[in-house]
Amino acid sequence: MSDMHAHSAAYVRTETLPELPPPASEAGVVKWMRENLFSSIPNSILTLVSIYVIYQVVTFVFPWIANGIWNTASLAECRTVLDGATGACFSVLSDRWNQLLFGFSYPPEHYWRPGLAFILLFVAAAPVMFFDLPRKLLIFTGIYPFLAFWLIWGGTIFTPLFALVGLIVGYIVYARFVKQSFAMGFFGGVVAALITWFIGGYITDAIAPAEPFLEAVQSRDMGGFMLNMILGVVCVSLSLPIGIVLALGRQSDMPIIKWICVVFIEFIRGVPLITLLFVANVVLAYFLPPGTSFDLILRVIIMITMFSAAYIAEVIRGGLAALPKGQYEAADSLGLDYAQAMRLIILPQALKISIPGIVNVAVGLFKDTTLVSVISMFDLVGMIRGPILSSTDWNGVYWELFMAASVLFFVVCYGISQYSQWLERRLATDHR
Amino acid sequence: MKKTVLFGALTVAGLAAGMASAATLDDVKARGSLNCGVTTGLVGFASPDANGVWDGFDVGVCRAVAAAIFGDPTAVEFVPTTGKTRFTALASGEIDMLARNTTWTFSRDVDLKFEFTGVNYYDGQGFLVPKDLGVSSAKDLDGATVCIQTGTTTELNLADFFRSNNISYDPVPIETNAEGQQQYLAGACDVYTTDASGLASTRAAFENPGDHVLLPEIISKEPLGPLVRHGDNDWGDVVRWTLNALITAEELGVTSANVSDLSAAPTDNPEVNRLLGTEGELGAMLGLEADWAKNAIAAGGNYGELFEKNIGENTPIGLARGLNAQWTEGGLIYSPPFR
Repeated sequence: MSDMHAHSAAYVRTETLPELPPPASEAGVVKWMRENLFSSIPNSILTLVSIYVIYQVVTFVFPWIANGIWNTASLAECRTVLDGATGACFSVLSDRWNQLLFGFSYPPEHYWRPGLAFILLFVAAAPVMFFDLPRKLLIFTGIYPFLAFWLIWGGTIFTPLFALVGLIVGYIVYARFVKQSFAMGFFGGVVAALITWFIGGYITDAIAPAEPFLEAVQSRDMGGFMLNMILGVVCVSLSLPIGIVLALGRQSDMPIIKWICVVFIEFIRGVPLITLLFVANVVLAYFLPPGTSFDLILRVIIMITMFSAAYIAEVIRGGLAALPKGQYEAADSLGLDYAQAMRLIILPQALKISIPGIVNVAVGLFKDTTLVSVISMFDLVGMIRGPILSSTDWNGVYWELFMAASVLFFVVCYGISQYSQWLERRLATDHR
Repeated sequence: MKKTVLFGALTVAGLAAGMASAATLDDVKARGSLNCGVTTGLVGFASPDANGVWDGFDVGVCRAVAAAIFGDPTAVEFVPTTGKTRFTALASGEIDMLARNTTWTFSRDVDLKFEFTGVNYYDGQGFLVPKDLGVSSAKDLDGATVCIQTGTTTELNLADFFRSNNISYDPVPIETNAEGQQQYLAGACDVYTTDASGLASTRAAFENPGDHVLLPEIISKEPLGPLVRHGDNDWGDVVRWTLNALITAEELGVTSANVSDLSAAPTDNPEVNRLLGTEGELGAMLGLEADWAKNAIAAGGNYGELFEKNIGENTPIGLARGLNAQWTEGGLIYSPPFR
């Protein structure tokens, strides 16, 4: 056969041709650019305009950052060093970083305390956020609020200790009596905790050493990003359980509970946060007898918590409403009581649906904590707008400071949002 | 029954409030520190430094009062207040006195029930414009956009001025001086108006101060001074005469440098002696130590020293004494005699 072929054709190529590269316009960068950047005349124009804009921005921003000055003592010195060249004056950050992070009156020798509390926050949050970790770690989570309070505020250790003891006593009493009736357990627990705190207060006064191990720091000395973190973390973690209770209460069949929840939620949602903050700062001061100093941070925490609890309640109500009625009926038909049905069947599903909404509220809430600067608390933004910009040295530095603030907030908020996406994937039991 | 109890409790609380406010000086002494309301930050007048220590012209008044009471200028808790929270903080008793460049007006004195204890800075509202605008008088500002701090007297003065000159403007509301500065530089408004002292310090922080001019018109009287609550005249006297002591000290040439020499033994000048407590009983009349004024002066210097150190011509703010010179030098700063 091969012979016949050899003779019937004038010429036969015996080896394959080497592969040619594809035409330049159909491969690599050129093809990608043709398809994505210059596929039509309008697109080409848009591309050119965009390139021009990016060029402008980069040529402006890059030297500004690269020429940044980090080690002068004032803005005027920065300008002398730069001598007309474009450049940022980051010296304000190296000069005042401690004030940005901790406020201007937190004693510098104690910066390690909030720092340690911040690191431990991750340890405490880990078992709540990642279910695969050993459950025993939750004990630390339970202790953490008291530990962090002691670290940041200092003072005698007996105050947080008795607060913790009171909670434990209350819980034990609750667990003892709840079998007989819920109301008895609940109120018994509350009363027991109150009594413990009351007695604990006296004991603390009696035995507290004059020179506590950690020097006490006043609330008004808190500031900077630390204050944002305190407010954000405390308010989010408090408003989640309160929000769940409110959401369940709003769906309750008992009219009083239902109406209390509805009125609370609608009232709080109908009032701007800043109004609530003004109430906390200004109006309450009129009603309290003079001389009583109801801690300002505590007042603000209560207001922000109420505010975000109302929003979270509505988000969770959305999750509850999204569950098919069959789920409720299935729980009933298994003979579960209300608490069991909610805990085992309804809430796990409803909360899963609500995650994006809850995270949305949490991120928004965290950023809203900067509003406290309006009621003369020195959070990160308050520090920038007040003391730092009004010092003779740094009057007039805006971009550098607010950029630093945005970076800090972005890191935290982006972290929260990444975690929530991981959580959604992890919980994807899929209805698809 | 329950109502009676409630009203009873309210009455007791009210009485307690009345009693508490009737003896601020005793409260302050018992507390061991003075709660002094200041701004959240105004260049030269009050701001904390890199170590968190408050400093400035208004802060100097707080420190002088603390020194007069305790002999210790650091026995002050500074309570930062914004333009919106300052009066409630004072009225509710959160602070004992407010030294926060607050303008003395009729309604604040009478209607809000405060007691202005003097004037530590005579200010007036001015206008800052870029040179390029080519404006030489505030009356040429028809149709201009104006950056204006909300909740202050400047807002009302501005409206009055434009209305009486029959010209219009477009307000850009801002919250703080820092924000105003930024908005003005970014071109969000043609004109920035606030107290002339604030404008001078704002302009001093610009990269090219020469590109901006202060218009000649000063459209308001802004006597700034410390204030206390109505109804406690003893306490008001302490604050008033501490400020007067600083002013008198400058007039008599008593400075922080020579005050300890002058107060060591009676001098030839009887008024200096009465001021520094080496003669007469002025301190005891106020309920203070005899050397109260000496301590107040030693805390940060006399009025002129405070001025020069914080906002004077050698500072970046560079304010001239002007109206705030002693009356003997053509200014308005004048203290009643110490006798």
